This record gives sequence, structure tokens and C-alpha cells, in this order.
Amino acid sequence: MLSVEGLNTHYGRAHILQGMALEIGAGEVMVLLGRNGAGKSTTMKSIIGLVRPTSGRIAFAGREIAGQEPHRIARAGLGYVPEDRRVFADLSVMENLEVGRQPPREGLRPWTPGRLFELFPNLGQMRGRPGGRMSGGEQQMLTIARTLMGNPRLILLDEPSEGLAPVIVEQMARTILALKQEGLTVLLAEQNLHFASGVADRATVVEKGRVVWAGTIAALRADEAARSQYLAV
Amino acid sequence: MDFIIPQLLTGLAGASSLFLVAVGLTIIFGVTRIVNFSHGSLMMLGAYIGWSILTRLPRDPEWFVLGIAATVLCTAAIGVVLEVVVLRRVYRAPELFQLLATFGVVLILQDVTLWIWGPVELPLPRPRWLRGFVTILDSRFPVYDLVLIAVGPAVLGILWLVMNRTRWGTLVRAATLDREMVAALGVDQRLLFTSVFALGAGLAGLGGALSLPNASANLQIDLSVITDAFVVVVVGGLGSLAGAFVASLLIGILQAFGIVLVPQSTLVLVFLVMAVVLVFRPNGLMGRPQAEAREATLAAPVVRPAPRVLRILGAVALLLAVAAPFLAGDYYLTVLTDGAVALLFATSLHFMMGPGGMASFGHAAWFGIGAYAAGLMSQWLGAPMPLALLAAPLAAGIVAALFGWFVARLSGVYLSMLTLAFAQIVWAVSFQWVEVTGGDNGLLGLWPPGWARDPAVYYWITLALSVGVAMLLRRMLYSPYGYALRAARDSAVRAQSIGLDVQRLRIVALVVAGAAAGLSGALFSYAKGGVFPTYISIPHSVEALLMVLLGGLQTVAGPIVGALVYTGLADILVRSTDLWRLVLGAVIVLLVVAFPEGVAGAARRLWLRGREA
Ligand SMILES: Nc1ncnc2c1ncn2[C@@H]1O[C@H](COP(=O)(O)OP(=O)(O)OP(=O)(O)O)[C@@H](O)[C@H]1O
Ligand SMILES: [Mg+2]
Repeated sequence: MLSVEGLNTHYGRAHILQGMALEIGAGEVMVLLGRNGAGKSTTMKSIIGLVRPTSGRIAFAGREIAGQEPHRIARAGLGYVPEDRRVFADLSVMENLEVGRQPPREGLRPWTPGRLFELFPNLGQMRGRPGGRMSGGEQQMLTIARTLMGNPRLILLDEPSEGLAPVIVEQMARTILALKQEGLTVLLAEQNLHFASGVADRATVVEKGRVVWAGTIAALRADEAARSQYLAV
Repeated sequence: MDFIIPQLLTGLAGASSLFLVAVGLTIIFGVTRIVNFSHGSLMMLGAYIGWSILTRLPRDPEWFVLGIAATVLCTAAIGVVLEVVVLRRVYRAPELFQLLATFGVVLILQDVTLWIWGPVELPLPRPRWLRGFVTILDSRFPVYDLVLIAVGPAVLGILWLVMNRTRWGTLVRAATLDREMVAALGVDQRLLFTSVFALGAGLAGLGGALSLPNASANLQIDLSVITDAFVVVVVGGLGSLAGAFVASLLIGILQAFGIVLVPQSTLVLVFLVMAVVLVFRPNGLMGRPQAEAREATLAAPVVRPAPRVLRILGAVALLLAVAAPFLAGDYYLTVLTDGAVALLFATSLHFMMGPGGMASFGHAAWFGIGAYAAGLMSQWLGAPMPLALLAAPLAAGIVAALFGWFVARLSGVYLSMLTLAFAQIVWAVSFQWVEVTGGDNGLLGLWPPGWARDPAVYYWITLALSVGVAMLLRRMLYSPYGYALRAARDSAVRAQSIGLDVQRLRIVALVVAGAAAGLSGALFSYAKGGVFPTYISIPHSVEALLMVLLGGLQTVAGPIVGALVYTGLADILVRSTDLWRLVLGAVIVLLVVAFPEGVAGAARRLWLRGREA
């Protein structure tokens, strides 16, 4: 579904991604793990096109998308949920969803506000509330719902559990599993291995913009050495 | 007191036109983050196009409405062309370059309009139905003004509906908050920007066409309107529709009553109100702190000492400049004197802009204040030239301190817009206060005394003072004060936390820059034999900016090179073509489009690349 090869990205002169590589099959949930500053968010931004990679290939559903503009990549069926949420603070919940709306995609049951409120019941109770006056957890739900309105085939979720209460984190895990049930492919960025192991099939560990470990999540849980080397704080 | 109601209604009618222009400016800014200098030109085009259409149509109300609608469509289409050809290419350029590019458009449209419609003002003959009166509370009131009064709220209502009840409006509001996120959600920003620009341009065109029956189509509309619109937008709060409306009402009514009560100083009154508003609400009545534009911005340039080669070159150039009177003829001596004045003028602007981080769109104000101070000293007190030359920087410095007290807290666009508005006020004072300043005729007969009358001697005086003060400014940059100023520019918060008084640093920079510019103004006046309001015109302010940006903000030598290159080019241009505005405007636009990081920035990059390879 998504395949990234030899991806290099710079911020000014700083060489952040140094040959990043990934391979996700349709319907899979893959987690990108790594410490702060490892390059998880940069990988996602490079895929969605918010940062222009300097070189490398990104193929999505058989199409080369590296270097294209974000709106084209998004319309090709890639959804992006940023790490700092970025809800439109002045816009109501309904309006936030409207911004994300895109035409239905062939072979997918289109998302509607009604269906999303089944998935996120609390959002349904605050349809008119401005995004700026919602709790962190509610905002996180809203950004995911907003992205789903674009009917993506693959969704990039950047640290959805960050800064949330344990109950909400659990709810988030259930949501991701529900999305997987729907047939959505998910690339998740996380620091929370516990949360990740509950939802992901496979893991890719990043350090300094490179892949240092890849395999199934079960293998990672078994590999004490890798965990302490790459993930321990 | 029977003038109150009619004046109030006149004020409301004026407020409507003001609102139509300002609201477009504010919407465009909200989404694209570009302060569109050419917005007044769009209104001017609206007036001219409206004139051309309306004078060809039957003179019935239905046709009038149709004609106005056609005008709106035409200006909207022109807006689309502008956006696609120019603005789209500069969205990633630094703010100042964007402003400069839109100013280039102003120049181009000036000459194009002049070329198509000629220099004569075009009044619209009023059909009978437009000349009607209504009697309200015993005073007769023009029907058309009532129509205008209704248009403002009607447009506000329609815009509100569009913004809040349509998908397009929702996208526009979202893009105002975080346009990058909007793009990541699959929305084509280009379409959005173009359509927003078309809407803004259409509204400006509507304002222009509707102003026809009361005014006329003329070539002064662009700059006078843009100043008013800036004031409205700043007072209302950038990006706020309701703010633009309230501020239009405030300013419109103020202007209407000001004309009756204090005829000479309406502009000053408007400025005072703006100052008071900004003291209490730095983001305008309904504005919010400007969100970080959420996009990688270019780091502020570092000012570095000149390399050895450049110093040697500079010394050689200075020697040549000193020897010039022996080499050049009289004509070139005047051009060289202009060059020396420009050098000081540009260096003073660079001082506040580069290291100070305060871009000024009205630097000519200080130039003019200095010039008038010297002129008035000599005219009214009979002061000798040296005393007048001393008075110039003093006066400019004092006014700059007062002005700085208001604006030093403001940032970025607000500051730029305010400096422009302030310069317009100084201009208006010099123009309107005929008893003191001589108005349009200026102050004449300001010549150097006998010992300095020889052009060569006066040139040497100018050169010595300009270069001397420029060196002094350079020294200040590398003094502890200069470092503190740059620290304050790079991060006001951090500078404050290490105990720097950011406001004071910035006020001092303004005062120094103002005083130096004031001196250059006085020097210029003695060279030309008089002081005229044109010294304070917007184009003159922009000239200073051009010189600085041409040379680049990164080096102290930048403005000097820029000033000399610009003076030379302008001299050639003005002598060789009547369409110099068109050419200059096109050059500015091309430069900004081709080198969004500035000519000097591009040169530096090429130079670095050459070295690394
Ligand atoms: N806009 C930027 N400009 C310059 N450097 C940046 C920028 N954004 C990120 N970086 C740098 O790039 C590196 C990777 O950042 P990135 O945000 O991808 O890390 P991350 O793995 O997502 O970390 P975290 O878990 O903290 O979110 C870091 O060293 C960071 O400092
Ligand atoms: Mg991150």
C-alpha cells in the first residue's frame, strides 16, 4: 500500500531523515517507534508532503507521490493527523469536519458526521462547540474524525496518545482497532510501546532518521536488547 | 448644532465605501498573509472601469445596478490575473518583499490607468434619480448617500453568510487559522487563494464604482484609499470582518465631523484615534494576536562585518567620490549629490530595518520632517545653514521619539502599516497647512550661503556629513547597543528575560534612524533650493525601501550599494522614458518574483555555492 525507500529530508542544512524506509501492506497497522527527535514526525510530514524530501521514493497505491503537493497526496487517499492536533480553534466541530470532507472513494463506505459520531460519541454531543474550547482528548478525537472525512485508504497518526489520560488512551486504542476493522491501513507514530503493542501488527524503530529495527510487534516485545537500546528513556 | 444629522449621514456614507475596500484587504490578508498594497489601485480601476461602463449605458436605475455588477466582475477578473501572475509567486517570500511586489503593481497600474484613461479626472454625470433628496428631520439628504449607507451593512451581512454558511467560507476561515493543515486535508490552496483575491478585488471594485456619483475617477484614488484602508484595518484588527466594519464607521464619522470642526487636521485626528486604540488594544478593536503563520519563516538576516576586499573597495570608492568634482561635469555633480543624500537616507532606514527588525513604509516622513525643520528655521527665523542642518535631525528625532512611544510595541505588519499612515499624515500637514509650509508650492529659496554655494563645495559637505553619519551608524551597530538591538529583534521574549528593555532599544533605533533621515532631508533641500510635500510621498518612502532591499539587509554596505545603484538607475530611467513608473514597477515585481530572498540574498547564495563546490 505504502512503500518508502531511501528517503532523505533536510531542515535547512540539518540532515534529518537519512535513508528512511518503510513498507506497509493494505489493512496493516504499523507503528513507528523512536525517542524524541528520532524523526517520526518528519517521516510523516515527508510522506504527506508538508516537508519536501530532498531525495528518495514514496509510492502509495502504486503511485509515486514524493515531492507532490500536500493536497494532491491527501486526495490520493492519504490521511494525516498531526501530532499537535491543530484543530481549527474558531470553527465548530461540524465545521472542522466539513473542512476535511472529500468526495467518497471507490470501494469504501463513505464517512459521514453521523457515522463518525458513532465512533466518537462525545463529539456528537458538542457539534456546535468551537474546536478551541474542547479538552485535549476531544480535540484529538476531532482531528482523527476530520481526517476520516476525507475517506482515506491509509491514515498517518502522529502520537495520538500523547498527553491523554489513561482512560482516553484506551478509548483511542479501541478506535484504532475499529478503523482497522473497517479495512483502513494505519501508520502510527508512538513513544508509548505499551499502547503500540495493543494495536499494531508490526513495528519499525527509528533513530537519527534511520531504521534501526523492523519486525513484528511480538518480536520487538521479545527482543529485550533492542528495546533497551532504542526505546528506553 | 443642526449640522449634526447631515454630517452623521455623510460620515456613514463614507464609512460604507471605506468598509468595502478595507474588508477586502482584511480578508485577503487573513488567508494569504499578504498586505496588498495594490488594493487601492483595484478600487481606482473599479472607478475608471465603472465610469467607462456607466457612461455607455442608459441612465436608468436598473442599468446603473447592472453596470456596477459588470464593474465588480471586471475588477474581480483583474484580481485573478494579479494573483496568478504576481502574488502566487511570492507567497513564500519574506513579508517585506511581498509588500514591495504589490507596490510594484501599484506603480504599474498607475501608468496603465494613465495610459488608458488619460490624466484628466472623470466625473460621472448624475442621472436625475441619483440627484434626488429626502427630507429627514428638516434637512435635505441625498438619496444616493442613503443607498451607500445601506450598502455597507448589506455587504457585511452577505459576507457573514458566505463565511459562515458555505463550504467555501468555512475553508477560508480554516485557512486563515492554519492553511498548511487545510492543504494536508486535501484542499487546493491555490484555488482558495485565487478566489479570495477575486472576492477582495471585486469588493474594491464595487467601492470604486459606487464612489463615482459622489466623487470622480482620478489617479489619486489608489494611494489615498490605501492609507485610509490601512488605518481601518489596523484599528479594526487585521483579519476581522466585524472589526473592519466598526472601524470604518468610526473613521468615516470622524472624518465627516473632523472636516466641519477641525478642517485642517482631519488626518491628524484620525491618526490620534488610531494611536489611542492601539495603546489600549495593540491588535485592534476586534483583532487577535497574530498567530504565527505556521510555516517555516526565513531566519532574520545577520549583519556581518564587511570582508577585507569590500573595505578596500569602499575606500577606493570614497576616494573617487571625493575626487569626483574634478572629474565630473555639473550635471553629474547634482546626481552625485543626490546619491550622497540617498546613501544616508537608505542607511538610516537600514539601521531600523536590518538590525532593528522594524520595517518602515513611511521613512520619507523623517526625511520630510528634517527638510521642513531646516526650511522653516531658515524661512521664519533666518537661521544660517549650519543651524538649520542641526535643527533637522533634532526635530526628526524628537518626533520619532513620540511616534516610537506608540509603535515600539507593535510588530511586523502593524508597524509597517502605521509608519505608512504616519507618513501620509505628515504629508497631509505639509500639504494643507499652507500658511506655514506654503502647501503645494513648498518653501522656496533655500540655498546654501555664499561659501557653500559652489556645487562642488556643497557636494563635499553633503558627502562628508552623509558618509560621516553612516559610519557613526555602523559603529553603533557593533557597539553593545547594536548587539542588544539585534538580540531584541531575534527574540523579544528572550531579550527581555536577560534584562534588556526591548521597547527602549527599539525607540532609540527609531530616533537614531529618524534623525539621520532628517539630516538627509535637510541636505537634499539645500541642494534643490526648496522643500516640497513630494519629499514625503509614498513613492519616496518606497524608494528608500527599494535601495535597502536591493542592497540586501545582511550587510552594512548593502544600503550604500543599493542607494548608489538605485540613484543611477532612476536617473537613467526618468531621463529615458515617460513610463518610468511602469518600468520601475515591472522591475520590482520581476526582482521579487525571480529572487524571493532578495537580490543580495541570491548573490550570497551563489557566492557560497561557488565556494563550496
Ligand atoms: N521545523 C524544523 N526545523 C528544524 N529542525 C526540525 C524541525 N522540526 C523538527 N526538527 C528536528 O528534526 C529532528 C526530528 O524531529 P521529529 O519531529 O521528526 O522527531 P520525532 O521523532 O517526531 O520526535 P517526538 O517524539 O518528540 O515528536 C529533531 O532533531 C528536530 O529537532
Ligand atoms: Mg513527533
